[in-house]
Amino acid sequence: MTETLHETFARLTTLDRDVVAIAWLSLRVSLSAVAIGLLLGIPLGAFLAVARFRGRPAIVGLLNAFMGLPPVIVGLVLYLVLSRSGPFGPLGLLFTPGAMVAAQAILATPLVAALTRQVIADADDHLGEQLRSLGLSAPRRAMVLIYDTRFSLVTAALAAFGRAISEIGAVLVVGGNIDGHTRTMTTAISLETQKGDLSLALALGIVLIALVITVNAVAAVLRGHAARAYG
Amino acid sequence: MVVPRRGFLTLGLLALVGASPLSAEPASIVVASTTSTEQSGLFKHILPAFAAKAGIAVKVVALGTGQALDAARRGDADVVLVHDRPAEDAFVAQGFAKARFDVMYNDFVLVGPKGDPAGAKGNDITAALRKVAATKAPFVSRGDRSGTHSAELRAWKEAGIDLPAVKGEWYRDVGQGMGPALNTASALDAYILADRGTWLAFKNRGDLAILVEGDKRLFNPYGVMLVDPDKHPTVKVKEGQAFIDWLVSPEGQASIAAYRIGGEQLFFPSAGAVRAP
Repeated sequence: MTETLHETFARLTTLDRDVVAIAWLSLRVSLSAVAIGLLLGIPLGAFLAVARFRGRPAIVGLLNAFMGLPPVIVGLVLYLVLSRSGPFGPLGLLFTPGAMVAAQAILATPLVAALTRQVIADADDHLGEQLRSLGLSAPRRAMVLIYDTRFSLVTAALAAFGRAISEIGAVLVVGGNIDGHTRTMTTAISLETQKGDLSLALALGIVLIALVITVNAVAAVLRGHAARAYG
Repeated sequence: MVVPRRGFLTLGLLALVGASPLSAEPASIVVASTTSTEQSGLFKHILPAFAAKAGIAVKVVALGTGQALDAARRGDADVVLVHDRPAEDAFVAQGFAKARFDVMYNDFVLVGPKGDPAGAKGNDITAALRKVAATKAPFVSRGDRSGTHSAELRAWKEAGIDLPAVKGEWYRDVGQGMGPALNTASALDAYILADRGTWLAFKNRGDLAILVEGDKRLFNPYGVMLVDPDKHPTVKVKEGQAFIDWLVSPEGQASIAAYRIGGEQLFFPSAGAVRAP
């Protein structure tokens, strides 16, 4: 064990350009997925928070459950859909980074929507009556509340990013772990583990964790600046 | 209500994403192949030479042989390079490929704990498997419809052992690729049938060593096939055929022969025999 750790740190100093390219791909894919997740999830979550209609509790319950969608199932279903023999086969998306973005966006969207709904519902408890007294329509109220809770929503974005960048089940199936094309940090770690090169796998794991911490730190700093400037 | 123009976090994310297009690249093909060719490091050794010569990027998806053939049947690959002769012949017979080409071979080895509690050491795979079964020594099986898994099942059959009847706690069916199965065998001090290439490249050997090798029944030939464009019009015929032609050319064959780990050659060229249906 200590031997492996020694080797791991030795490997860290010699990680090459390949690792940088893999980390960059992971980052691009997961950030793209989170961006899609935010675009779809925030309006959906806000709508569910302010709208009142029959069946809403069931939809909210389902949404909360979908925060736990198993990545490997998402990967498998998307694989069948994107396969040349599947309904979206002609797009030629299987085994491309685009397929990986789609898979992770499917995982990220319910997470963003569910967390947004909770945040906005809480804000609505405080401000809702006031806003209604101003005669604002539901979509208007939702927009005001999104703006009002924007710093809390960063946490939803970070949770979605964490889910996306750390999952392997979906990207492995729809991406294919192709060297130099769809190999991400998680699939590379899995591959090195399979090859029995545990010290390299651990070194890559340290890089991945550092990447996640960096993204979170950047978000915290930006949020701090923004809060001081506009909060 | 002013639309929040300062949602720059979101905009920043979008800008980052937009600034780095995820596609747009030169000619490429998808090759469905086996975990043994990928995890042994062979592709990393030979592909740069082909890419430099032909200007075609080869994207390798490493699966078990059974899965690789299934992916090709669905049209998700242009070329398959696998190692399960009966399954390959069936693939051609079903019309998914017009021809199969010999590319290379290596052999399977029976790996086990150095102490060899079952007394399996030797050059006869069937005798060795009978001893493993008789002593119920731990044995790890790929269990994933891979070429190696098929070879293992054939060997049990040739040893006259009815696996479903004698299977027990000692027979661990892990359902994974060669590397993970070796990791498991290494942790359990179990016997396992492995392809020599992956074994040579494998680093987490623990107490394991080769116990049986050299039996001609352990011969492990690899074949390559272009998916028939009549079945799947999206198959990149020109580029796929260029890859196959290169693999079986003197240059490609030399590149395969040149791949060594610790001075040992992993794969032996065998092109020359074209087998049409």
